[in-house]
Amino acid sequence: MKTKAFFIFLMSAFLLQGCAQSNLRGTGDLGVVIERASGSIQIIDTSALSTIANVNGLGDLSHASVVYSRDARYAYIFGRDGGISKVDLLSASVVKRVMQAGNSIGGAISQNGKLIAAQNYSPGGVKVFSTESLELVSDIPATYGLDGSRSKVVGLVDAPGNHFVWSLFDANEIWVGNFTDPKSPTIEKFLNIGKKPYDGFITPNGRYYLAGLFGEDGMALLDLWHPKNGVHRVLDGYGQGQEKLPVYKMPHLRGWAVAGRYAYIPSIGHHEVLILDMDTWKEAGRISVSGQPVFVIARPDGRQVWVNFAFPNNNKIDVIDVQSRKVMKQLEPGKAVLHMEFTPRGEAVWVSARDDNRIVIYDTNTLKEQKVLPAQSPSGIFFTNRAARIGF
Amino acid sequence: MVMYKILSKPQRVSLGSKRRAILWMIVIFIDGISRVAYATDLEPPSGRFIAASRQTELIKIVRQDCGSCHGMTLKGGLGPALLPNSLGAISFESLKAVILFGRPELAMPPWQQFMTEDEAAWIALNLKNGFPNEN
Repeated sequence: MKTKAFFIFLMSAFLLQGCAQSNLRGTGDLGVVIERASGSIQIIDTSALSTIANVNGLGDLSHASVVYSRDARYAYIFGRDGGISKVDLLSASVVKRVMQAGNSIGGAISQNGKLIAAQNYSPGGVKVFSTESLELVSDIPATYGLDGSRSKVVGLVDAPGNHFVWSLFDANEIWVGNFTDPKSPTIEKFLNIGKKPYDGFITPNGRYYLAGLFGEDGMALLDLWHPKNGVHRVLDGYGQGQEKLPVYKMPHLRGWAVAGRYAYIPSIGHHEVLILDMDTWKEAGRISVSGQPVFVIARPDGRQVWVNFAFPNNNKIDVIDVQSRKVMKQLEPGKAVLHMEFTPRGEAVWVSARDDNRIVIYDTNTLKEQKVLPAQSPSGIFFTNRAARIGF
Repeated sequence: MVMYKILSKPQRVSLGSKRRAILWMIVIFIDGISRVAYATDLEPPSGRFIAASRQTELIKIVRQDCGSCHGMTLKGGLGPALLPNSLGAISFESLKAVILFGRPELAMPPWQQFMTEDEAAWIALNLKNGFPNEN
């Protein structure tokens, strides 16, 4: 009996090893789709255009964001409930999970890959963790004013030199943290940067940080190569003379806005995309679109810009032809289009349609549907090539 | 609330069309009175004027679209929490007004284009009592 059991054990060990070997693979064409209502993710393969695994038990993912370890094997998933889950894409399992805040909105990973930072609404601030162990390394409360109020933190990005940069929604400030010595970071604060920064992004070269303003028409610009020059206003008063429409969803900003010398920026309260010339920092034009933009994302080659919209126009996508600055095609992938993610070289874009429970994959050359995958209330889509991009 | 308990009884009894019409007039009349009443302190009857299918839509709007700022669990995001505890200080009427007309200075958009006053009242009441989940 004993020998038989041992034999079975030996056989299964061999079998498992065989499995492991046949599954040996890279992660460069993998990604994660958030299923917001069920607290689960799909791990997807952008070469096979398929779902390869599901991971459950990740808490409240009603607003979630993902950064990748620099080896692109681990996904760090920031949930709304303050949970951070470290997921191994290869074994499709949760390696570690911590609860670090009451209400969180996203995170960033440092240049050297050793730290992740979480941006929290409540209690307002930034917490920094070891990517290896998810142990807390430093805690920077977003206190402001004389009475020690804490602000919600938005627009957190990584920057060169193991810096993180973020904005304080309630305090109208931008903070630059140097985490070279992670346990005692130095923080530089920029005050009165403009009313109600709602999100921010860093240009793909890691030089400029821009915070979008909700409380006024414009953006706050900080040159991280020359922080002493302070924060400057760009696109000031872009909505002048136009009635501002109510905003049913805040736009999301990131380095994907940049194509060549221009950045394509959602106009708050207008059915427009603004073109910001990053050589002169002046407005270079604007493009009329089907609604109030939420995500304005350039195809990696910069030839097209894809735009989705806030409620009630959230069943549409406009594809802008960058050269003619016109909408070349309007798409309707399904109800409640929440996010779009381009494959690393941009031949395809994956689109989540929350209320139709599906992911639609488009060929970006023909603008035709390539494949549809089922998903439960899909929201964010995150591919592993983010591991190598500043600001992702 | 008591008024509605009384009214719900005869509604279940099968009646002639004339008598039913009279009864409905009474219902509508008392309903009007009760609405004046809850404008002061009484609360409106939950779900009274809204068809079940529309309730499902409203729940979705609140959880998903209001949820963009207030969180799908309504515990807050860029916008404040909309849980019974956090709404304690706000009267039902002001809550309804905020839903319908928004608070532009605080980024809250008006929803009157997408719902009736009764529907906003239904949402306000349910927010105060603990909002139902989507199925």
